[in-house]
Order: sequence, then C-alpha cells, then structure tokens
Amino acid sequence: MSQVFILVDHAGGHITKATSELALFGKRIGEVTALIFSNESSPLLEELTTMAVDRAVVIEGINFDSYSAAPVARIVANLISEKSPSAFLVSSTVKGKEVAARAAVLTNSGLITDAIDLTSELVATQSIFGGSTTVHSQVTHGCAIVTLRSNSIEVEATTSNPVVETVVVSVDSLDPSALLDQVISLEATVSGGRPELTEAAIVVSGGRGTNGDFTPVEALADSLGAAVGASRAATDAGWYPHSHQVGQTGKTVSPQLYLACGISGAIQHRAGMQTSKMIIAVNKDAEAPIFDLVDFGVVGDLFAVLPQATAGILSKKS
Amino acid sequence: MKIAVCVKQVPDSWAEKKMAGGLLDRASVDAVLNDLDEYAVEEALRLVETHSPTGASGEGSGHSITIISMGPDRATEAIRKALSMGADDAILISDPALSGSDALATSLVLAAVIGAKDFDLILCGTESTDARMSVIPAMLAQRLGFAQLTFAGSISVVPETSQITIARMTDVGVENMKAKLPAVVSVIEKINEPRYPSFKGIMASKKKTIEVKTLSDLGIDPATVGMSAAWSEVKDAQARPPRAAGVKVVDDGNGGNALVNFLVEKRVI
Repeated sequence: MSQVFILVDHAGGHITKATSELALFGKRIGEVTALIFSNESSPLLEELTTMAVDRAVVIEGINFDSYSAAPVARIVANLISEKSPSAFLVSSTVKGKEVAARAAVLTNSGLITDAIDLTSELVATQSIFGGSTTVHSQVTHGCAIVTLRSNSIEVEATTSNPVVETVVVSVDSLDPSALLDQVISLEATVSGGRPELTEAAIVVSGGRGTNGDFTPVEALADSLGAAVGASRAATDAGWYPHSHQVGQTGKTVSPQLYLACGISGAIQHRAGMQTSKMIIAVNKDAEAPIFDLVDFGVVGDLFAVLPQATAGILSKKS
Repeated sequence: MKIAVCVKQVPDSWAEKKMAGGLLDRASVDAVLNDLDEYAVEEALRLVETHSPTGASGEGSGHSITIISMGPDRATEAIRKALSMGADDAILISDPALSGSDALATSLVLAAVIGAKDFDLILCGTESTDARMSVIPAMLAQRLGFAQLTFAGSISVVPETSQITIARMTDVGVENMKAKLPAVVSVIEKINEPRYPSFKGIMASKKKTIEVKTLSDLGIDPATVGMSAAWSEVKDAQARPPRAAGVKVVDDGNGGNALVNFLVEKRVI
C-alpha cells in the first residue's frame, strides 16, 4: 500500500484543523504517517487520535521553533529517502511551504503549492490567477510534494490509534548548513479568542471604509463567531495587524461566508478571497468592484449597516 | 556589501491572465517588474545608503547592487526599471530552453549565477504576482547553503561582524531572527516605500550593463530545465465560470436588517 507523509502543523500545544484535512487527503492515497516535530508531543499525540492517521513519527531533541524551515526540511528529506512515500503533504502556511520547497530540492521531487483538492491518483486542483482559473496538475518526478490550503475538505469526526515511533535528533547530528539561522524571539499574534483566519468558517473583513475604526467589524465578527480580516489598505495604514491581511501579499481564505466591509475589491484583495463559498459586501460606493462578486450586497455606510446587522444577528441567536 | 536582488518580469496585475498550452500566456499581456520585487530593490538601496560612507554604491565604494533575473529577452524592460531606481548592473539568464521551467529549475539557474559570484546578501520579494508559489527564496537558501531569513518586515546589518537580523512577519506573528552573512532574505511590502525612478536615474540606467547569459555560459544542461524537465505537469486548465450576479440593495435605514434576513434565508444563522 502507498505510504503518505503529512507534516503536523501545531501551535500552542494544539494541532491545527488544516492538519486533519491533510490526513483525510492522505487517506485517499494510502497509509498515513504523521510527522511531528516537537519536544512536547504528548498533547499532540492525544489530539492525533481524532485524525485519520495510521502512524506517527515524533522527532525531538531540537527546538525546531528556533530555526527556519531548514532543519525540519533536512530531516523530512532523510525520512523520504529512507521510506519512499508516494506523497508528502503539508499545509500551505508560510513555514510549511518553505519546508516543502526545501524538501523538494533535497529529494529531487516535484512540488505543487496551494492545492485545494487532491485525488487518490495524486491529481491536484489549484485555483490560480486570483481564482479566475482552475488547474489540474500532477507531480511527475520523485515524491509528490503538495501543499494544501486549509478549508479544502470537510473534516469528519474519526478515531485512530496510530503506532508511534520516536526519533531523537541533536544539533550535532544535523548538517551545519541546516542551522544557519536562528529565531531570537517571537511575538505571537494575539487572536483575541477569535478563530484563525484561514481556518474560520466565516470571515468579516474591513478596509479603507472603516477609517481606522474596526469596532463595528469586530462586533459583527463576534456575533457570527467569525475571524477578522483586513484589506491591504487597512494594514498599510496601520489600522489592523499585517497578520490579518487578506489578499495577494497576505492570506488566502476560502470560508463558507466572506463579508467585505468598506473594501472596494481591488484585484489584489480579490486574489485572497474570491474562492469563498458565499460573499457579502457592504460599501458606500455602488460602483465598487467588490459588488461584481457578491451573493448579497448592501450599498450603504458600514457604520450604520453593521451595528444594525450585529444587533439583528444577536437577537436571532438569543 | 555586495547585494544581489532577484527580480521577475510578470504580467501586469490588472491584466486578464489566461493559460495556453499548459503555461501562462505571457505574449498577450503587458509585462512589468513584479511589484513585490521593487521592495527588495528599494531595501538594497537603503542598506547601501546606510552603510556606504558616500551613501552610494558602485566602483571604489565596496558596495554593489546587482539585479539578477531569468526570463525572455524582453525581461530587460523590467530589469531596466530596477536599474533606474539605482542598482548598478544586472545579469539576465535568457535561453529558449528555459521556457516552462518550474520553481526547482528556476532556483537551480539562479543559484548557479549567484554561487559563481561573491555576494553577501541575496534580496527577493516574497512572491511573484503571477505564479504566487513563494518558494524561490527558500529553495535558493537550500541550494546555496546560505541562511534563510524570509518575510522580513525590517532588516539590519552589522557589516563588521557580518551579522544580519530581521523581523520575520508571518501567520504566527513576528519572529526576530539572526544569522551570519551570506543570507537569502525576502522582504514583505510593509518594509519600505519603493522610490520612483528619477529622470536622472532613468537616463543613467540606459548606460548600465545588463549581462545576458545562456545555459551554456552557466554550464547547465538544457535537458535539466524547461517544460520537458519540469517535475510537475499541468493536465488541464479551465477558466472559472463567472459568479452569478447577486442581490444588491441600497441601505434605506434597513440595510443591516436585509443582511440579517439574507443570512437567515441561507441558514447561516
């Protein structure tokens, strides 16, 4: 049976939902081995039993968060050479894509990034050119290294009892070229209790039209249990953190529902949200290009429309 | 400090992009310098302004900025823009056999050019606005055996100790990272505001050298690059059907309630 490696993405002692999605894609192809890079793997192994995995390999001994993607990629490449899996699946995070890129170089393997679907025959679907074109492609050399966007497959509840193997590595055992850069300190993004942007079912975003006041955007998001996004205009102005930027140079989101508030819909923004299942926009300008994409649009002032909608949603829910 | 800036010529962001024969149809659209690469060019200029006693690069200063690009001959237009901003010279790798190269082949070619010189710092944008893979900087660091400092929102270099630190801005937050030069650094668009080329800069760029290299100049076997050697293949590409026009209402004092009713109708709430 085909072997598939997946890279477990975790933060704060929890495995991301995107990792459960990788396991489901992996299951289509063959036996799934989850690679966990962590010195504190027990809570992660606990969570892994709710995902579709057959094996887990825990790699410990180095604080992997202290380096770039280099040491993880080096160890993954060694494991790929040793076990010859047919595929290596990674979630499309910044670091995940860098691990995939380096592993592709190290193992002479083809690479497909930002796939939104993957068949048992390893045919990947990508949505390119800002969502205007759908492409099917396939790796033709080496291990199929594919990064997948989150929210690409519906996660079903499952249980598993993976066979766990632990590999202890040390800084001395690694090629020195894998340890050239170091993280001195990390200021983690504060989520404010809201769901992670790329994993959220609903995203409410604010743009230039907020004039820097995200209060109504956040209130609407909280009434829907949604994540908060921002256009580049809003993050450039310093109104909202860069880590919340949706679009070309920010995150690509594909939620069930995307609400664009005071966002005109420049092509760079559309590139990051166009594949959302349902789109709603609130904008003063009736000619704003965002209205070309919407399922429902309100031409009006977001400072009037959003609070009314928030109150309406809260009263329906209570 | 000897700086290389990797740039790419891409279709204009606003142009409608189409596929042809499994590749992006580049002939039918306007081509420009990838706007995310302009931030890398600007950052190179600022680093030289900070560290050169004269505030400038070029002969005798000990500082240089070389633009490196792979693409067809017409990529010289994009390179010329980077030169007009103030870079010193450029290398273009142009060879018919390169058409259809994947990221692995592209990074192989760029690494061959960079590795043959003695650069301290390789600057890149975070992605090209056409392919959007965002993997070349990591691949270059891997191939060159250089430190990888990507998604930099700020950079500082201490030339005396060859120490470089960056604030890496990603989905997890801000990571402060350090390494010894040489390093591959990609910069995000928050790092600076790229300058417009001055008239003087545009005139001066016409006299600057763009060295054009072929695969044989680099000793690269044409069979290892290009579409036939790509390790992934496009099976088919279809234009996505346009979204059906939705409902648009004008807020008459009940816009928010109309929005709520729509959410109820669609069973969101």
